[in-house]
Amino acid sequence: MSSTSTTDVVGSAPSGDPVGRSLTTPRPRYGERVVLGLLWLCAGVSVVTTIGIILVVFVEAFALFGIPGVSVVEFFTDTAWRPFTGPESEQFRLGVLPLLNSTLLITAIALGIAVPLGLATAIYLSEFARPRVRRTVKPFLELLAGVPTVVLGYFALTFMTPVLRSVFGADVVPIFNAASAGIVVGILIVPTIASISEDAMSAVPRALREGAYGLGAARQQVALKIVFPAALSGIVAAIILGFGRAVGETLIVSLAAGNLPPPDVPTADPFQQVQTMTAYIVQAVGGESSRGSVTYQSIFAVGALLFVLTFLVNLIALRIVRRFREEY
Amino acid sequence: MAVSTPARPREQGTRGFRAPVGDTVREKFTQVVLLLGTLVAIAVLAILLIDIALDGVGGLSLDFLTNYTSRFPERTGIREGITGTLSLMVLVALMTFPLGVGAALYLEEFAPRNRWTRLLETNINNLAGVPSIVYGLLGLSVFVFFLGFGRSLITGALTLTALVLPVVIVASREALRAVPREIRDGGLALGATPLQVAARQTLPAAIPSIMTGMILSLSRAIGETAPILVAGAAFSRRADNEPWNLTEGYTAIPIQIFDFVKRPQQEFQVEVASAAIIVLMVLLLIMNSAAIVIRNRYSRNR
Amino acid sequence: MNRRTLKSAALPMALALCLALASCGGDEDPASNGNGEPGAGEETLSGAIEIDGSSTVGPLTDAINEEYSAIQPDVTVTLGISGTGGGFERFCETGDTDISNASRPIEDDEAALCEENGIEYTEIRVGTDALTMVVNPATDYVTCLTTEELITLWGPDGAASTWGEVNPDFPSDPVEIFAPGTDSGTYDFFNETILEPSEIESPRQDYNASEDDNVISQGIQGTPGAWGFFGFAYFQESAEGALTAVEYDAGEGCVGPSVESAQDGSYGLTRPLFIYVKNEALSRPEVADYATFYVENVGAVIESVGYIAATEDEISEASTALDEAIGG
Repeated sequence: MSSTSTTDVVGSAPSGDPVGRSLTTPRPRYGERVVLGLLWLCAGVSVVTTIGIILVVFVEAFALFGIPGVSVVEFFTDTAWRPFTGPESEQFRLGVLPLLNSTLLITAIALGIAVPLGLATAIYLSEFARPRVRRTVKPFLELLAGVPTVVLGYFALTFMTPVLRSVFGADVVPIFNAASAGIVVGILIVPTIASISEDAMSAVPRALREGAYGLGAARQQVALKIVFPAALSGIVAAIILGFGRAVGETLIVSLAAGNLPPPDVPTADPFQQVQTMTAYIVQAVGGESSRGSVTYQSIFAVGALLFVLTFLVNLIALRIVRRFREEY
Repeated sequence: MAVSTPARPREQGTRGFRAPVGDTVREKFTQVVLLLGTLVAIAVLAILLIDIALDGVGGLSLDFLTNYTSRFPERTGIREGITGTLSLMVLVALMTFPLGVGAALYLEEFAPRNRWTRLLETNINNLAGVPSIVYGLLGLSVFVFFLGFGRSLITGALTLTALVLPVVIVASREALRAVPREIRDGGLALGATPLQVAARQTLPAAIPSIMTGMILSLSRAIGETAPILVAGAAFSRRADNEPWNLTEGYTAIPIQIFDFVKRPQQEFQVEVASAAIIVLMVLLLIMNSAAIVIRNRYSRNR
Repeated sequence: MNRRTLKSAALPMALALCLALASCGGDEDPASNGNGEPGAGEETLSGAIEIDGSSTVGPLTDAINEEYSAIQPDVTVTLGISGTGGGFERFCETGDTDISNASRPIEDDEAALCEENGIEYTEIRVGTDALTMVVNPATDYVTCLTTEELITLWGPDGAASTWGEVNPDFPSDPVEIFAPGTDSGTYDFFNETILEPSEIESPRQDYNASEDDNVISQGIQGTPGAWGFFGFAYFQESAEGALTAVEYDAGEGCVGPSVESAQDGSYGLTRPLFIYVKNEALSRPEVADYATFYVENVGAVIESVGYIAATEDEISEASTALDEAIGG
């Protein structure tokens, strides 16, 4: 999107200006500069926020590694997470892999549910549904995005877990398991993926569709082969937002997936108790640890890792999006 | 008002001819599959909402809205949560809209295409995905301690604003990007400055989608428990919050719901919590309806 | 809530209800109600009181707040539940709370911190919690557990997987444990009482952990062979026959949790509940009034919250200490 200067255009207009202004000398628009400056500031706020998060989280995180008995290498390679005792104790283990594994497991399950359902919903609403249906379903979806996650957490525990236990057997599925939490997190992010993807698809110019219909294409061909690829950048953005939300989900996992990290890492078993990075943070923040202790600093270390994780995924996704983006 | 190029063929009808049979079957099949996909998630959440409605409707009454919280389920209310949530909502909306739309406008329409801009963009996209609890930690360290705002309403509002701002910017940018190029080009060709074009053509055309992004974001902000829990929302406080009393402590409906489901009494876990959830959802419904009205009013030509 | 509590609470409750409903429309003058609350000031007080600390004592303080706000609606009491440790941090280091709730006595390093920052306080015992062990009703052979049996069941080396390993007289049903998470005060207290005297640092790490006592309760109710522990209130509120309380034998015979056994100290798993009041804050009339109200009414209120009242001696001791601090 180019922001070309309009002075040339104004200067070369042939007809007379009714107000009597000279057409060849552009008047400097100071007000505009102020407004532009304000807009720039707005964007700058986001920079300030990032700096704030980075400062806070990483400073405290690095303080963790300054504590004797805690090693960076161990943090990233050890396979057990027992931070509540302190380096003096022999039970103390500070390997973040179990938490990371748990987070990725839950997110994978959640996306596995949300991406198909969300995209199906988006494509249906955008290409197949009658306008009235679209007008009622879309607000409903947006409403669902507001269901408090604590409610969904209890839903996972009291509805989803018994269902899974009866389907797969109560000896296979423990009461706290990653699958229930993952599925419900998936349902939670369906509105996000669906709504933003649908907006992206709606934005694809009519001309493209009409061209295809004019050539005799059926609706699903238009939907899947024309609109979907055209809206890909928006769809990927939606999925990334969904991913971020799944990774950051706290209450559902802390209620339904349990609060102990899995013992054998790496693992892909959905039918075991897990503790995600976020569940750990909320557990430790609300618990009895005091500032300056290993436990307290570890909260920020885990927070820093969360930040880095989402940052990396976003970078990769942006690369992908940029490669496939189409401009109309 | 802008002449917006409609992108949706549905309203006008595009299929006035008979398609080959094989195509029709495949089309119907795809339609059914997609419909099922749409219905699954909606159905699950609808069941959940109905369940909550049935459990909670008995607890709803004027008293429930005007009483403060009590340890007796019969006479408890969520007045402090309601005033807290409303105050937070007003503050967050007031801060998010100008900042979010402003930033999106800058990035989409005016920013030079250089490294700094790309850095800024990457920043914002990344922030949108950062877990909400990290914002809680941010709120605690920066707003509560470093800036000294303490555990007050403004801290909560700032924390939630920081949380939803990136999402609003991302969604607004998508909305602005979706406005067809012809509109901008037409405006520029008629002699308007880029700012005039942006303010009077592009932005109004994008407002409906921007509203969608704002709704989703505010909905999320209102339902968030973890960030404000970490950043200093109180567990209980029997006083009303107003948006202009920035330094007072506060609580919010999600915090109260969280409290209710953890209480040992069955009535609190089921009836009272459900009633509180209904109130929250009704609040969302009102917000969403307002935004839909706005969206429909502006998107007449879509 | 039993009848005795209901009767003793009836008059102040009724008055509180009338006041609450009447004052909904706007600020009413509380002094105009000739209420029968002993110790409440006759004048209208206003101000703000900041309280934080234990999530166990939180509901008790909240109940007091409920009663107090009916009499003094212009005094705004803000209550947080950052945990006993977190509460002391705010109380002693940053000094921004007036009262700190605690489910254990203040520790030496916390007291030192207070002294360093010139914060003098008065410790007030307000009640007792009887930590209750429960089993699923189908596991009816587990009626009493000794400390040694608990070490086998809960400790790391024993980590019994069947009840037969805990006690040879028990059948070999599989053991399933639901208990609070590793960062909770309840967990800490249980381990200090049961494991620490035998120099065992931490318990087994393979149980179903949850921060939410309701989840623990439901988990045990739904799983034969399940055992767990939480505060007395959660056992009291469970449905008749849904859970069976287990007696604890600390060496002098099996004692079950009850009001009497908690008060006379025969039950080994009792936790004292405290509030710590900043002496300096007591110079503000609303704080002095509130604290006095607390001590005088906690006995009437505590059972409706699910804890056990402190003995008369403990209350009068607290009262004296408080009066001294206010006067001094």
